[in-house]
Amino acid sequence: MRRIIAKEEVCIGCRLCEIWCSVQHSRSKNIIKAFKKEDRPLARVRVEEQGATSFGLQCRNCDEPYCVYSCISGAMYIDEETGTVQHDPEKCVGCWTCIMACHRGAILRDERQRRVASKCDMCIDLDIPACVAHCPNEALILQEEDD
Amino acid sequence: MKRYKYLIIGNSAGGVGAMEAIREIDKDGSMAVVSDEGHPVYGRPLISYYLADEIAFDKIFYRPSDFYEKKSIDAILGRKVVKINFHEHSVVLDDGDELGFEKLLLATGGEPFVPSMAGLEKYEVPNFITLDDSLRIRERLDSENIEKAVVLGGGLIGLKAAEALIQRDVQVKVIELANRVLSPVLDEQASGLIQSVLEENRVEVITEHTISEITGEGDKVNGIILDSGDRIDCDLLIIAIGVRPRVELVRDTQIQIGRGIVVDKQMRTSVPDIYACGDCAEVYDFIADSFRLTPLWPTAHVGGRVAGANMTGLDKEYIWGTGMNAVDFFGFPVISAGLLNSPEGEELEILTKLDLDEKVYKKFLIRDQRIVGMILVNQVDRAGVILGLMRDKVDVTPFKDDLLREDFGPIYLPIELRREAEAV
Repeated sequence: MRRIIAKEEVCIGCRLCEIWCSVQHSRSKNIIKAFKKEDRPLARVRVEEQGATSFGLQCRNCDEPYCVYSCISGAMYIDEETGTVQHDPEKCVGCWTCIMACHRGAILRDERQRRVASKCDMCIDLDIPACVAHCPNEALILQEEDD
Repeated sequence: MKRYKYLIIGNSAGGVGAMEAIREIDKDGSMAVVSDEGHPVYGRPLISYYLADEIAFDKIFYRPSDFYEKKSIDAILGRKVVKINFHEHSVVLDDGDELGFEKLLLATGGEPFVPSMAGLEKYEVPNFITLDDSLRIRERLDSENIEKAVVLGGGLIGLKAAEALIQRDVQVKVIELANRVLSPVLDEQASGLIQSVLEENRVEVITEHTISEITGEGDKVNGIILDSGDRIDCDLLIIAIGVRPRVELVRDTQIQIGRGIVVDKQMRTSVPDIYACGDCAEVYDFIADSFRLTPLWPTAHVGGRVAGANMTGLDKEYIWGTGMNAVDFFGFPVISAGLLNSPEGEELEILTKLDLDEKVYKKFLIRDQRIVGMILVNQVDRAGVILGLMRDKVDVTPFKDDLLREDFGPIYLPIELRREAEAV
């Protein structure tokens, strides 16, 4: 089970996590192309900032994923292989029930084309998620636990 | 007679929630589901999106096509349970087959509420509850020249039907008995905003009226007559007032029924080994602190999960739900939960923000420094953080002034609450 944890005491609010999340979810996965030439994907992590405090907010892959239980379309699901909560935008109808269900506030609305939910996929194909890999101060860390 | 460890009646949100929870705990206890609907589980609220042509047919199905097979569940679909033999721990199907059970779940859902009106039995008048309803209305849109429709009911189902028909270029009039749309799930201000969005999108809303007579030719509706005597021509009439618990199977049996099947927090009915969840049951509401009908997909699913876990022998409580709705009309998001107005005889503290230009409205209802209700119109992000505060009965005094901010979220919470949330 994969989980990304934010440590607000060391987050410097640089927002590199947002940038690299967008790059990772872009077609080219190239930072210049993603930001200059392509329709830049929404970052699925958001830096929350208030005064001197900041931290990255994204899906924590809850043990009881109420977003999955609440989803009316089946777009939000638990990937059996990885045990992670994943979202299929093709199946999503943008009803926002997951936004109502997520007590962390980690699900976003992606209104660039079809209006659908958007959430962190924990970069399941990478050894280290892009946000974690590019965090300069280890304010985002990866936990991997065997079930 | 085949005997199952787990027998589930109903193949929608609640039933499937139970099936999944059972299989997380008991990998191979025998299990069957019986449903009078012939389809594998589908996202019931998606029937409007399918009617609108917003999604393809295959996207309506809630789980992959190998769902039952992979979970070793006998799916007995298109058949109906007609009787429960309590003493024998068995049920009888409409074709006479008998199935035994150790644990039974009643997840029979709701049935459309249809008021009596003259002419109703003469013409084809669909409801809007099932995939078959949606398929049939689609078929008619494709094969007949349907230009004008009337939808009876200005609640969530009726308005989603109206939105879908507009997307199919049908002129729509919605008739609602109350003095505003969505009255059970919004307050007056929010209803007004939604009604203006509907009207901007060519949905005509007629409030404080109902239909007294349906007229037609052959088996087709050609118009309705309102209780005022006014006539409205239409080629299609949909009755979408809402659902009531479908309890005919247990009426006049040992199973206790109030407005729906009575259950406790463990989702047990009054009869041992028989559980109930979803639209057919009165389930716990953490805001009302009592048992109520909460006919909603998420509450049905989560209640089903609790029932399923307890059917395997665990002892879990369903304390997650209250009246809670998230919906989108023409790209305009709305979320509400809990109380919508001060209850009679009680003055709640109310925080509101209204921006008529942006059509943004936020309202929080507070009792003893705890949020007991929210309405969010066109600014819904992170609504779940609020619902979490409601569920956990968190004292909001330290951050009350921040609640109405557009970016309200975990950062505004005291650090100890954030740490708790971080521990998932």
